[in-house]
Amino acid sequence: MLATPTDMESAQAHLLADGKRLHLHHGPIDLIIEAFGADRDAAYRSAAQRFETILTELVGELPLLRERAVSNRTFAGAVARRMQKAVEPFCAQFVTPMAAVAGSVADEILAAIQNVPEMRKAYVNNGGDVAFHLCEGETINAAISGLPHGRITMDFTQPFRGIATSGWRGRSFSLGIADSVSVVAADAASADVAATMIANAVALEGCPRVKTSPADELSPDSDLGTMLVTIDVGELYPEEVDLALDQGAKVAQSLLNCGLIGGAVLQLHDEIRAVGLPADRQSYPNEIPARKLIDA
Amino acid sequence: MSQSAEKIRCDACPVMCYIAEGKTGACDRYANANGQIIRCDPLTILNKRISDGGEIIPFLKSQWDGSLIRDDEVFVTANGAGTTYPDYKPAPFIVSREIDGVDFVTVVTEAIFSYCGVKVKIDTDRHIGHEGAVVRVNGEAIGHVMTSEYGSQMLSLGGVDHLTGGSKAEGRVTCDALMKLCNKEAVELSVDGGSTVVVKAGHAPIIDGHQEERMRVGCGSATIGMFASQWIGLVDEVVVVDDHITGVVSEHQAGKVIDWPNTGIKILGRRSTPGRYFQVAEPGLGWGGTNVEDPLSILGPWNGKKGAKPGLTMLMVSTTGEQHGYYVLDDDLKPQKQDLPETLQPSVDLIAENCEPALCTVLFMGGAGGSLRSGVTKNPVKLTRSVQALKTSVTCGGAPLYVWPGGGITVMVDVTRMPDNSFGYVPTPALVAPLEFTVAREDYKTLGGHDAAVRSVDDVLESGGEYGDNVRAISPPPGSELGARNTN
Repeated sequence: MLATPTDMESAQAHLLADGKRLHLHHGPIDLIIEAFGADRDAAYRSAAQRFETILTELVGELPLLRERAVSNRTFAGAVARRMQKAVEPFCAQFVTPMAAVAGSVADEILAAIQNVPEMRKAYVNNGGDVAFHLCEGETINAAISGLPHGRITMDFTQPFRGIATSGWRGRSFSLGIADSVSVVAADAASADVAATMIANAVALEGCPRVKTSPADELSPDSDLGTMLVTIDVGELYPEEVDLALDQGAKVAQSLLNCGLIGGAVLQLHDEIRAVGLPADRQSYPNEIPARKLIDA
Repeated sequence: MSQSAEKIRCDACPVMCYIAEGKTGACDRYANANGQIIRCDPLTILNKRISDGGEIIPFLKSQWDGSLIRDDEVFVTANGAGTTYPDYKPAPFIVSREIDGVDFVTVVTEAIFSYCGVKVKIDTDRHIGHEGAVVRVNGEAIGHVMTSEYGSQMLSLGGVDHLTGGSKAEGRVTCDALMKLCNKEAVELSVDGGSTVVVKAGHAPIIDGHQEERMRVGCGSATIGMFASQWIGLVDEVVVVDDHITGVVSEHQAGKVIDWPNTGIKILGRRSTPGRYFQVAEPGLGWGGTNVEDPLSILGPWNGKKGAKPGLTMLMVSTTGEQHGYYVLDDDLKPQKQDLPETLQPSVDLIAENCEPALCTVLFMGGAGGSLRSGVTKNPVKLTRSVQALKTSVTCGGAPLYVWPGGGITVMVDVTRMPDNSFGYVPTPALVAPLEFTVAREDYKTLGGHDAAVRSVDDVLESGGEYGDNVRAISPPPGSELGARNTN
């Protein structure tokens, strides 16, 4: 199925086959949305209307969004401002607002849905970075694949409305080797950048079985420039897995202590670390199929 | 096969990514393939309407009334023409599947074969290089010449050492060549100290610019055996010139049983058994895979005491009938070339007629032994055992394949039985290939499969389709094992 693009595509919306969930797509953005409430159509209409200009707003400020974040920089777009806000606590290190782009888009669209009256519950899933809305009495279940196929359940009383996952196998480049780092935080943008930073910290310096490449060789306009990003992780010794996870868990713990995240689950090979979240297998009784690397 | 990492600008969406050769843009939907932007969209391929030429409902700036089209056609067809197009990287659709009791899934993964290669069978008698000779593409070593087989030269290409063990360029060129071969495209291979061969699965090989037409009917000796009775009475001697085993009818068992008279012929080669000669010349691109241009060069002096006499007639022919010559001994018992008599033409034609068309065959070989299995079952080794016990069948893009005995799940599949463009790659480098496990539900339970997610075999396949390539629904090609299970 090869086709050459002709006209620049515009934002698209349609319901998925189940007739319940909305799929919004534009360029690199794909959102899966589900809303529960009196007027779901109104919620979807609101989401779709907000979505229509999201990408063009972002593109207008893309060059600055791809630069290293500095404190108190101001942006015009609502999503860009969310990104800046999310990376603000991390400006002492290298980070660009792009680390929070997926979560920020999810938060922005969720806000449009929350405006619709009588929305009991809703979520906006942007490729695994999810913003959700809960009314009193509502809970939400997140499946974290790869975790011994576990779930995280969050309810109205908890102050978390975002969850995000990062890892070198994902769509964005990672400086680390974590298979995945899933983070729960106040909103999706905060979870997104925290997951990125924790995943970056799950690293092994100079390990010959970790293959890297300059980011701009893989993607010429990557915000990471010539920084080395992980492209392959070979077999690791258990001590190496432990060491890498320890480093990541340390970062996660400090973010937890600062109140920046509600918890994190780190995965590397078959090892799991949880910070502020239960990680024992009994907590995750239900299995879901996971897509895995076909590697011998 | 450009080596230069030319980046081009994609104009598919406002982001306008620069995309390097062989890479995708930020969306993972558009890629730079040989300097052209191509679309590789898992949603598109899962959407029947699009594969039928339709489009997703676009936003219309002012006219959109908010009515949402219920699209039953999305995701119903794992059967669309492009369903096996490789996901360069998983697009977010992997998160769109609903699971009972779960609102959403957060996941990062990828499906690739880093242990893989191809075995190439090239139907030709011609010598394309010595066993063990290195095979190159654009100067990079991608494999070697294997032991030759019946009427064919064999190549073993790729494998983990060329993909990941050599230089970066070697890995990239190997990956690119493997993917092209597997996608039934032509690739020019050069053999160290040998020939240049253009290989395209299901097509005739082109060796040093010469397109091979026919695969030999048999070795020289076998040819004698098959046609001896047709030659008797029409010609006094027949020599089938072959680099492997040259046959001589008057000496051969097949001639003896029909009382073929001796001719006093002398073959310059190593006699194996009567009428069967090895090493009559060097391997090459001439007669019957030898380096012989003039077949008389393999003959020694004729012996009058053993039956040679002026006027004796002889047919010399190659194992494909492609080359042939007719000779008559003169008064000095020297063979002189003459036109082939009409009476012998049919026997030469018959050799050619009995040859099959020369083809290149490409078998993809890959190992699915590792972590892939855990996407299928909680206890991966049980899957291996189930496959080896033939309880779980494995297919590649719906095509039947051979599972190697022994450890792991190492498979071989004829790429011509797979849908077009089944293969992709990731820059690791490694190939992306479809792979399906099909198992009866009861067996799946005993396997420790993720039973909660199973509703039927169709459902297993379909769910796999949204989750990734390891367990996914594909377009059943005609005659494939999955064809009968096609639900749409």
